Amino acid sequence: MAKTVANKHSDLKSSIIPWLLILPTFIVVLMFTAWPTVLSIYQSFFRLKLNVPRFRVPTFIGLQNYVELFKSPTFHQVLWNTIIYVAGVVPISVILAFLFALLVNRAIKGIGFIRLGFFYPTILPMVSAATVWMYFFTPNYGLFNLFLQWFGYHGPQNWTGNPHLALLAVMIVAIWKSAGYFMIFYLAGLQNLPTDVFEAADIDGVNYLQRLRYITFPLLRRTTLFVTTIAFIDGFQIIDHIFVLTQGGPSDASNVLLYYLWEMRFNYQDVGKSAALTVILVAFILIFTIGNFALSERKEDRRVA
Amino acid sequence: MSHNSIPKTKHIKKKINSFVIALIAAVLSLLWASVILWAIAASFRPPNSPIGPGSIWFGGSFSFANYIRAWHMAPFLLYYKNTIIVVSLILGVQIVTAVFAGFAFANYEFVGKRWLLFFILLQLMIPTTALLVPNFATIRELGLYDTLLAIALPYFGSAFGTFLMRQAFLEVPYELVEAGIIDGCNWWQLIMHVYLPPAIPTLLAFAISSVTWHWNEFLWPLVVTSSNKARVLTVGLVRFTQLGEIGAQWPLLAAATLIVVAPLLIAFVVFQKRFINSFLYSGIK
Repeated sequence: MAKTVANKHSDLKSSIIPWLLILPTFIVVLMFTAWPTVLSIYQSFFRLKLNVPRFRVPTFIGLQNYVELFKSPTFHQVLWNTIIYVAGVVPISVILAFLFALLVNRAIKGIGFIRLGFFYPTILPMVSAATVWMYFFTPNYGLFNLFLQWFGYHGPQNWTGNPHLALLAVMIVAIWKSAGYFMIFYLAGLQNLPTDVFEAADIDGVNYLQRLRYITFPLLRRTTLFVTTIAFIDGFQIIDHIFVLTQGGPSDASNVLLYYLWEMRFNYQDVGKSAALTVILVAFILIFTIGNFALSERKEDRRVA
Repeated sequence: MSHNSIPKTKHIKKKINSFVIALIAAVLSLLWASVILWAIAASFRPPNSPIGPGSIWFGGSFSFANYIRAWHMAPFLLYYKNTIIVVSLILGVQIVTAVFAGFAFANYEFVGKRWLLFFILLQLMIPTTALLVPNFATIRELGLYDTLLAIALPYFGSAFGTFLMRQAFLEVPYELVEAGIIDGCNWWQLIMHVYLPPAIPTLLAFAISSVTWHWNEFLWPLVVTSSNKARVLTVGLVRFTQLGEIGAQWPLLAAATLIVVAPLLIAFVVFQKRFINSFLYSGIK
């Protein structure tokens, strides 16, 4: 491995410069990442409700906020929705991304436009996209409903207002938004694959599906691991469209953790519970990212060595 | 294997195959693009031609009326100004902090280096968005509530930018750095003359993804602002969609949506490759 060795001054004087250069970034991370994490844990042990006069002064209540949350049916629903949301959006958008990459990984006329069609949702603000989707989901003449009708769909059409469909509706928008973003990583991965392996496979008479299953997909493992990691982190926090499409409704059918946390703080004014929800959300995200990091690091060792 | 040795039928089969695949790709891509294509078509409908069954895409004629109406119904000009200020403020500060920190991590050995890098990378593991409640409290404490600075402040340091610049700086050959030191460069001159020039593409990639990200951000600006003087485009658009008088006036909503996305969308179409590369970079962490 080609390696550039960093400048080695280790006397005290020269170690002040790097610290000073890093200081601004350090302060921001301290103030807006580390401190708020600690603050949330601390505040989650207190009762503090800004809309109830007698609860305006924080009172230590131990784990009461967590206990109340885990007893509340709304929280159960929110947790369940979040799991369905993430467990649906992540694999589906990653699989679609892989398929799209396979489809557009060829040099033909107009391929640039085809790629553009998949990728452009990445640069649209989620709230703008959701505004258009609001029309798409309209009963009778919404484009999404018309499209489904071509394929013989005659079910309910009020996607954002139907408790059985609202969560699915926000999932569809999230999948539409992220598939093209993940696609570019697979596309880059495909274009970096060694061609000799495929030539050898060709001679051996391996068919296309076998090639995908035994060569392409294993070789893109790292890409998949990386893409699923960002997909998980995004899955928990990309919820802007819920503000436009459903506001978490109807009756919390499309409410997920981050949205619920916002509601808890800014609608119900419950600081203690919103802090507890923050802790729960961060724990969820960390479990998934650290899990994925650990997995990828183990594979990494072999590559670097 | 030479080309001629492939039997002709196999060759034709291959051609048909690739045509079918291209067709599938084109249809799917069109499906994905229908969102923006519809928005563009609908936004130019004449005002007296509502969207309904049988009239989905184009109205009888072409008109700017929806744009003009939308523009006058909400202070979009102010939202534009605010968004541009926030996005450039974040970018300007991030470039300085990320280049400095990235340089420090790439160029020096010092006490606590590994620990410090890990600490900064926490920002990648715990997304700032998830911490909006305690961060909102901090912003209030600082007396910054309902200001543009409140929107920008948490992003003044970027773990991602720091890491990206560090990686780019580590690629700079050590001989160049040594030559710089022998020539008597101080740290500032080392950055400007040795490290930064070859890292400009990385910096550009970071800049594009930063601008896109912050132009599109919604939840944090929503939480820390309460009046138009500090509202950005995304927040303004959501308020617009919730105006009682709008209801289901889809062409009007489509126009408002396009007002919000136009600059990025145009920049994207023009600098397609740069954008895609930049987002690709943002992945190769």
